[in-house]
Amino acid sequence: MPDPLTRRSLLQGSAAAAAAISVSGEAQAAPAGSPQRRKEQQQMNPVGLTVNGREVHLQLDPRTTLLDALREHMHLTGTKKGCDHGQCGACTVIVEGRRINSCLTLAVMHEGDRITTIEGLGTPEKLHPMQRAFITHDGYQCGYCTPGQICSAVAVLEEIGAGIPSHATENLDQIAFSDNEVRERMSGNICRCAAYPNIVAAIREVAEGEKA
Amino acid sequence: MRPFTYSRAASVEEAAKTAATTPGARFIAGGTNLLDLMKLQIETPAHLIDVNHLGLDRIEPTAEGGLKIGALVRNTDLAADKTVRRDYAVLSRALLAGASGQLRNKATTGGNLLQRTRCPYFYDTRMPCNKRRPGSGCGALKGVSRSLAILGTSEACIAQHPSDMAVALRLLDAQVDTASADGSRRSIPIADFHLLPGDTPHIENALKPGELITSVTLPRPLGGTHVYRKVRDRASYAFALVSVAAVFAKDGQTRFAFGGIATKPWRTPAADAAASSGAAAVAEAALSDARPTVHNAFKQRLTARTLASLYRQKGA
Repeated sequence: MPDPLTRRSLLQGSAAAAAAISVSGEAQAAPAGSPQRRKEQQQMNPVGLTVNGREVHLQLDPRTTLLDALREHMHLTGTKKGCDHGQCGACTVIVEGRRINSCLTLAVMHEGDRITTIEGLGTPEKLHPMQRAFITHDGYQCGYCTPGQICSAVAVLEEIGAGIPSHATENLDQIAFSDNEVRERMSGNICRCAAYPNIVAAIREVAEGEKA
Repeated sequence: MRPFTYSRAASVEEAAKTAATTPGARFIAGGTNLLDLMKLQIETPAHLIDVNHLGLDRIEPTAEGGLKIGALVRNTDLAADKTVRRDYAVLSRALLAGASGQLRNKATTGGNLLQRTRCPYFYDTRMPCNKRRPGSGCGALKGVSRSLAILGTSEACIAQHPSDMAVALRLLDAQVDTASADGSRRSIPIADFHLLPGDTPHIENALKPGELITSVTLPRPLGGTHVYRKVRDRASYAFALVSVAAVFAKDGQTRFAFGGIATKPWRTPAADAAASSGAAAVAEAALSDARPTVHNAFKQRLTARTLASLYRQKGA
């Protein structure tokens, strides 16, 4: 039985076709900016990470962002590249227990760090409570921002639990869950489909479940 | 990004020495601003020195009754610190008004002080910019300048300083502590740390080549009521159009600092002196030297209104 056609396999197929065309035009040397050319010019750095509980050892061009290391080198494509400038939050992962934009950090700076991506939170068979709540409440439409939203949301509840204040906190010494807190704390995750009310509902359900 | 080499410093001394002896070297801490600019090739360092492992991530009381904040303390941790929340609440508030949760988890105290402007002409490499390419001219002076500065500007540059944190540090009279390659240490008053653009807008601070920020020291707490009010185009995760930090102190020693409207974190003694006369008088004193453009003249009225809102908030 042939492999089912997925968006990923289709994209990879067309990328390979495009690459084949460009190679025929530049048969003499690897084109500038190509992986081969860069390896010749660039210092490569060894990097050891623990990603979703598994140890990974890579040799990376120091320019490689944590996001590109996850997607291109470890093939963990759940983490998404949106703006690549820290503005949209699609690339949010949890590093040493804290959510960060994986596009705005270099993989080489994370030697020895423990990283959790959407793939490490849950699986289709065993969903994380936040993943289940996003499904229950329709917390997405196209789904592109969703892995970042979910990683961020999981960390937001931990931040509230740890007593970390936010701009929405009225009294800096009284940190408690509220829809307002969620909206403020999730402002680094943009949803172009504007599923925001449903995202807040999903996070509220998990927060109430944790309290019960 | 342009190619660069990478090393991890094991000590402050090593970091400063490497920076002073390696052409094109830059320190990297949180990296949230530097990497953004490197992707756009506005910053093109030849070598990055990772300073994340120097143990500069502690917050400690000083013998003088103040607080010493390590340069590598993350914005999240500084805003959440119990002493900062209690004694320097305006700093917590300013930090929490900036960026997003993800960015605050990475961004550092030292890095935030070195944050670069968000002037659109600085970011657009096809446009002239005296800050990005000295001598190339300023695209903003006759361009779209709605977000830019009305105070501290020059004929060469009207780029606004973007930081919220630095406005609170300016209000609190912080000192910026540094280490240099020759082993010397010094403390720079925050008022002297950021420089006015003048005719050299590419020189933004008092640091010498290779000089590393090691900590920021706050004097004894001022007491009083701390307020930070930020006005921006959306409710969260945007740079300030106008921000005002204030401490309304019990002994009448009220002080103000301003963000979003100036080329560096801004204070003026005349504004503080007008405190007892109310918001309108403070605004008038603070803005007497303002040089707005057609696009950003609205910031004058917005500053007055922000101050009025601040006075109401203080009273509540």
